[in-house]
Amino acid sequence: MTPSTQASTTAKRRIDMAALLAWFIVAMVIAGLIFPIFKPDLGVMDVPRLSVCLVILAIAGVRYELGFMRNRIGDVVLGLVTAVAAWLLIATASNHAGDAKAGFWALTAATWASAWLFVERLATWKVGSPFARRLVNLAIPAIFGITLLVIWQIVVTGAGVPKVLLPAPSEIWLRLTSSVPTLWADFRQTFLKAVLAGYVIGCGSAFFVAILVDRIPFLRRGLLPVGNLVSALPIIGVAPIMVMWFGFDWPSKAAVVIIMTFFPMLVNTVSGLAASHAMQRDLMRTYASSYWQTLFKLRLPMAMPFIFNALKINSTLALIGAIVAEFFGTPIVGMGFRISTEVGRMNVDMVWAEIAVAALAGSLFYGAVALLERAVTFWHPSIRG
Amino acid sequence: MTDTALTPSRSSLNPFSGLFSGTVGPVIVVVAAILAIWYIAAVALNTPFQEELYKRADLTDVPISQLVTDTLAQERPVLPAPHQVIVEIWNTTVEKKITSKRSLVYHSGITLSSTLLGFLIGTTLGILLAVGIVHSQVLDKSLMPWVISSQTIPILAIAPMIIVVLNAVGISGLLPKAMISTYLSFFPVTVGMVKGLRSPEIMHMDLMHTYSASRLQTFWKLRLPYAVPYLFTSMKIGMAASLVGAIVGELPTGAVAGLGARLLAGSYYGQTVQIWSALIMAAILAGTLVALIGLLETLTLKRMGMVR
Repeated sequence: MTPSTQASTTAKRRIDMAALLAWFIVAMVIAGLIFPIFKPDLGVMDVPRLSVCLVILAIAGVRYELGFMRNRIGDVVLGLVTAVAAWLLIATASNHAGDAKAGFWALTAATWASAWLFVERLATWKVGSPFARRLVNLAIPAIFGITLLVIWQIVVTGAGVPKVLLPAPSEIWLRLTSSVPTLWADFRQTFLKAVLAGYVIGCGSAFFVAILVDRIPFLRRGLLPVGNLVSALPIIGVAPIMVMWFGFDWPSKAAVVIIMTFFPMLVNTVSGLAASHAMQRDLMRTYASSYWQTLFKLRLPMAMPFIFNALKINSTLALIGAIVAEFFGTPIVGMGFRISTEVGRMNVDMVWAEIAVAALAGSLFYGAVALLERAVTFWHPSIRG
Repeated sequence: MTDTALTPSRSSLNPFSGLFSGTVGPVIVVVAAILAIWYIAAVALNTPFQEELYKRADLTDVPISQLVTDTLAQERPVLPAPHQVIVEIWNTTVEKKITSKRSLVYHSGITLSSTLLGFLIGTTLGILLAVGIVHSQVLDKSLMPWVISSQTIPILAIAPMIIVVLNAVGISGLLPKAMISTYLSFFPVTVGMVKGLRSPEIMHMDLMHTYSASRLQTFWKLRLPYAVPYLFTSMKIGMAASLVGAIVGELPTGAVAGLGARLLAGSYYGQTVQIWSALIMAAILAGTLVALIGLLETLTLKRMGMVR
């Protein structure tokens, strides 16, 4: 959002979200006071830890409503109160698993609202130094993610959701830490062998084909529409065929990854190579530069944003391709294999641990490509800011 | 482009230059080339098995022409020839009754319905999220990074679990599959719509401001019309992703029905022709759906006077 539109929207804001949230906290605290907390008719005063939680939340909510300490110190205190309240709720919920009643949910809602209020306040901070600003900008999504995890934990333990349906984050973490060797073996089989090999071969070959296609205008006109069409097709369907051709081990998965990554890379590189302006190409011609000089000094650098766009898309596609290909047949190792067998055995926490590994690997892979992009296309307006 | 500009004489020497200067000619050539490569690959890949058959039947000195026709007519070839796939698709769509379990139309219909349901929910969710993100700074800062990182998670990996778990709770049928489609299709719509809703220039926003327009009026009269082209572009991506989600969602249900189930059943029993026909059918489905959105886009933009 540009600064001027931002200013106009904040000026026009009719609903004061922060005040609304504070009122909500107070209302929920009162509800927590009235309704029973846990099943055999326990009130909030019967559970000391929850009464502490209720009191601090009440103070935080009322403080904001009264306009007392509406500054950074107050905001930090609000954050601390939220953290303590969340910890108290988690600790109590594990002792009364599955017994939660309306009062408990009211307190959970109050904690959630105070986390939201904290983020809302954090977003309005005007921080001077760029480092601190980055820190705040990182903290906001991080707090959002942590809040989601905390709510997940509280709801699953509080409502006693069966483990088969949805395990709590703490259980997943336990399983994750206790089965590191298995997870590492799966990761090596799927990611280090299939995904990386397929990604490098697929993107690399597409890159060279793109340069070849760009050299021959006839091929470019013919291949580009076909490539665009193929990018929209459910290519993942070739997985069973590849498994049939290349056997159960990782080469078949790498083949799926190659096919999946090839066309996005081809289409993006070809359109990237056409991205340089006529003026720039004319300049290169006045320098009497050869085709290769123009390619390396002008057109490839200009194509880099497009190429990295494809590399980023492909980093996600590659992981998906390898995992789904494993559903069609694998040796007894691999992330896709583990997921499909553990689902069958109803070991859902293991499945979630595997998903956490996959998510981490996918995010790191994407992050690595994005970092590389920043380093290579440092001149691009979107990076320079 | 530089090449053609530098050597104008080369193209004029070519007698076919007029025919192939547009897009249609090259595309036809490329498609024909793909088909030719397909046939050659089919012969090459099926030859070992065919020679094995000849050896067993004690046939020696089989003429090449016989070998080629035989490799293209195997029942379970390593790579079926295009005409075999076309015959299979013809047999399973036109010759079979639609209600038959072996009809490809029946399976496509099941995949199509969950694709469309997922796409519908995903697009709605995506638009709502985008509206929230554009209008709230907190949502922008806290939600947007998660929307982006949600796609680095290989969500299709969770597909079997979502299906099995929801089955265990008693929710089965269309909805679990549609949920996977939803997850895959909401992302492009959210990102595209955020971009689109922010695309009005500052001048236009300021103009609305001078009219003392409320945020709702600004949204309906300025932001939304500006976002429509972006919406259609991202809907095309979302539709393709949604179909992938539906197909993968059909894998873990144990090959009951749908194109994904056809793929799985085909790979279990080595029915390559069946796999390829399901694959081509999925491709046709994807192409048709995306083309339909494209048509809708042209009509809408023409009606709005925004054809670019």
